[in-house]
Amino acid sequence: MASHSPTLAKDGEAPSFYMEEDHHPEGGTMLGFWIYLMSDCLIFAALFATYAVLGRNYAAGPSPKDLFDLPLVALNTSMLLFSSITYGFAMLEMAKGEQRRMQFWLAVTGLFGLAFIGLEVYEFAHLIHEGAGPQRSAFLSSFFTLVGTHGLHVTLGLVWLIVLMVQTEQKGLIPENQRRLQCLSMFWHFLDVIWIGVFTFVYLMGVLQ
Amino acid sequence: MFANLDLQKLVFGRLTLEAIPYHEPILLVTFIGVAIGGVGLLGLITYMRWWGPLWRDWFTSVDHKKIGIMYVVLALVMLLRGFSDALLMRSQQAMAFGANEGYLPPHHYDQIFTAHGVIMIFFVAMPLVTGLMNFVVPLQIGARDVSFPFLNNFSFWMTVSGAATIMASLFVGEFARTGWLAYPPLSGPAGSPGVGVDYYIWGLQIAGIGTLLSGINLIATIVKMRAPGMTMMKMPIFTWTALCTNILIVAAFPILTAVLALLTLDRYVGTHFFSNDLGGNPMMYVNLIWIWGHPEVYILILPAFGVFSEIVSTFSGKRLFGYASMVYATVVITILSYLVWLHHFFTMGSGASVNSFFGITTMIISIPTGAKLFNWLFTMYKGRIRFEEPMLWAIGFMVTFTIGGMTGVLLAVPPADFVLHNSLFLIAHFHNVIIGGVLFGMLAGITYWFPKAFGFRLDPFWGKMSFWFWLTGFYFAFMPLYVLGLMGVTRRVQHFDDPSLQIWFIIAAFGAGLIALGILSFIIQLVVSFMRREALRDHTGDPWGGRTLEWSTSSPPPDYNFAFTPVIHDHDAWSDMKRRGYARPLKGFRPIHMPKNTGTGMILGILSIGFAFGMIWYIWWLAALTFIAMAVVAIGHTFNYNRDFYISADAVIGTETERTRLLEGRV
Repeated sequence: MASHSPTLAKDGEAPSFYMEEDHHPEGGTMLGFWIYLMSDCLIFAALFATYAVLGRNYAAGPSPKDLFDLPLVALNTSMLLFSSITYGFAMLEMAKGEQRRMQFWLAVTGLFGLAFIGLEVYEFAHLIHEGAGPQRSAFLSSFFTLVGTHGLHVTLGLVWLIVLMVQTEQKGLIPENQRRLQCLSMFWHFLDVIWIGVFTFVYLMGVLQ
Repeated sequence: MFANLDLQKLVFGRLTLEAIPYHEPILLVTFIGVAIGGVGLLGLITYMRWWGPLWRDWFTSVDHKKIGIMYVVLALVMLLRGFSDALLMRSQQAMAFGANEGYLPPHHYDQIFTAHGVIMIFFVAMPLVTGLMNFVVPLQIGARDVSFPFLNNFSFWMTVSGAATIMASLFVGEFARTGWLAYPPLSGPAGSPGVGVDYYIWGLQIAGIGTLLSGINLIATIVKMRAPGMTMMKMPIFTWTALCTNILIVAAFPILTAVLALLTLDRYVGTHFFSNDLGGNPMMYVNLIWIWGHPEVYILILPAFGVFSEIVSTFSGKRLFGYASMVYATVVITILSYLVWLHHFFTMGSGASVNSFFGITTMIISIPTGAKLFNWLFTMYKGRIRFEEPMLWAIGFMVTFTIGGMTGVLLAVPPADFVLHNSLFLIAHFHNVIIGGVLFGMLAGITYWFPKAFGFRLDPFWGKMSFWFWLTGFYFAFMPLYVLGLMGVTRRVQHFDDPSLQIWFIIAAFGAGLIALGILSFIIQLVVSFMRREALRDHTGDPWGGRTLEWSTSSPPPDYNFAFTPVIHDHDAWSDMKRRGYARPLKGFRPIHMPKNTGTGMILGILSIGFAFGMIWYIWWLAALTFIAMAVVAIGHTFNYNRDFYISADAVIGTETERTRLLEGRV
């Protein structure tokens, strides 16, 4: 880009006001996706704030201590954390151009993600079965919404993962696909970060109080 | 009616024939009018064989200029709807005294004031702002399009779908009766069991997706796609305000999405976020929605400030006074807009300390805003001011907006607010800044950039008529509301008992009539300008003696905006180029890489209307079907890798030679 930088003209002499060669601004996809992630982060911020305000309004119903099963949540958390690591492995393989190995690690990531979703669905079903559904109290409303929104994001990520695996199979590791895989990578790690917040703020602090 | 009621529920949800308001004469007449007009329009398009060009050149276009123009058209259409609501309210309040009940029953009146607010903010002001930014920003920064052209088209269609959803409530069912922010518990399942609030929710959610994506798009565009040499501190002020506005959009609209989703859960699933029982807290909603709502105010006004900065500088023939301070003022307003939301409900009872904090932050905002006003005044000082139509709007704005700003500072004093809260004083205040600021700004912007978009100027006579009717109409319509507010009259009242108040409402209704003439003059202006377009034609591309890059290209600009990417050396790049003897390049043209048009955005938009309709009326099969269809179309779109093409060098040469000919013919 250095050749494009304007040279200041001496007095009276007109500098060049246009470029004769093609101008290709850097793609804004990564920046745009980052900004999208930050906006998504704000949705979670609103849900966290709602949980912070309403999370102790049990309405004479069950409290976190009565409901949360920490070993199950720990297992769940490890599934998601492992999936982030395996996604990282997939990206390393992508950088080396190893398409088959990358697909393998993506598949492993998908399985971990699926396990996470499965455990979450089991947890939700169990709570609802016990009569602690989202309609029971404001605490449970905000709990189900915060955790469920994260779960929806992971589900969306899984669909996206499958689509990208198919596209990579069809077109190979062309620049477009690499860019898409990088976006999904950011999305996936972002969901991990959100989950750390959920785990700490909702589950750990809920049981400790 | 139907033998099997369950089957009816399955197929139509809660939609029944009673939902069609054929027993309401006002709505019936409106419907007949809209139907005749609509059929006439469709017939005309068919007769003139415009469907093909419309689809190819407009609906599927990813060209930021065309999308910008379509946004403005949407806004103007919706302005007519929103303003009809205003006329209904003004005439109702002018007559409904004592024994006279007026002609609008409460349940209808409540829908009208809600629809007026929602439509004016979300579907008039927002599309005007987004449309102008879309059209102008890439041209001002010397880019050929936005960062994500398809996303831009998709955003537009989501906005249209949101508007269509809201409009459908006029003829199928009802609209919310809650006021434009739909506070619970009134908007909750018990307070509003009907479909009105659901129309509100889904209309705004769909449009909100479009707004958010267009915000992301324009930030990426401004950050990544500026022409070489255009550092941040050399960007035109309108681009700066667009950047700040889009940052606000991205940082505020997710909160609206989240809070409306929570309200949706309360209504559809039976959760207890904002209910009065089982631990819910309605004030949580009020806080969250204003954490979006206050930045929203600045989302609307900052681009108007940008428009006025460009206009004042152009029509004073001077560089803008205090460029850097203008930028800093814009950035400071951007940040402060997040620290004032609680001033919308001082009466919540949060205590003296909290109220003082928010009162003081609110007053502080008037400092950068005042700095801007002085910058405009000093730009005019010793300038050669040309009182053409955009400049008239700018001066009308400066006076009107200052009055509105000062009443805002009055409202920022918590003890005063306890008296004025929810009164017509507040209504007068925010119409004072939104009409006097945003609307004047957008009309000024339309007048200013119209010749750039279409190649001919707007007729100045009818423009001046429009300006004077708007300006005087505004003062007649809203000054009486200040008086009424100070006398203690509250907002959203359908009938009054005290006859001494009536004269003020009659004056306000007279003002609304003047504004109607202003809007009529604007429409006449468009028609007259089109008829006289050859006389008003501008071949130079620079009819006003402009200062920024958009005036360096032809009017209307070619698809590729600039045959060669400009290189920027100074503020007001075009002014600098003219001063230092820029010679337009006549050879060396190269093929230009451009994005291809696509119909995906429009298809997704139409499907989203079906989804919203299914959700609103509990027609679950329709909602599920359209949702799956949207997913399939969206994913299918990503399998299309063939999204760009080259405009050949020959085509560029043809376009540029034609421009050379026109320029020589004129000079």
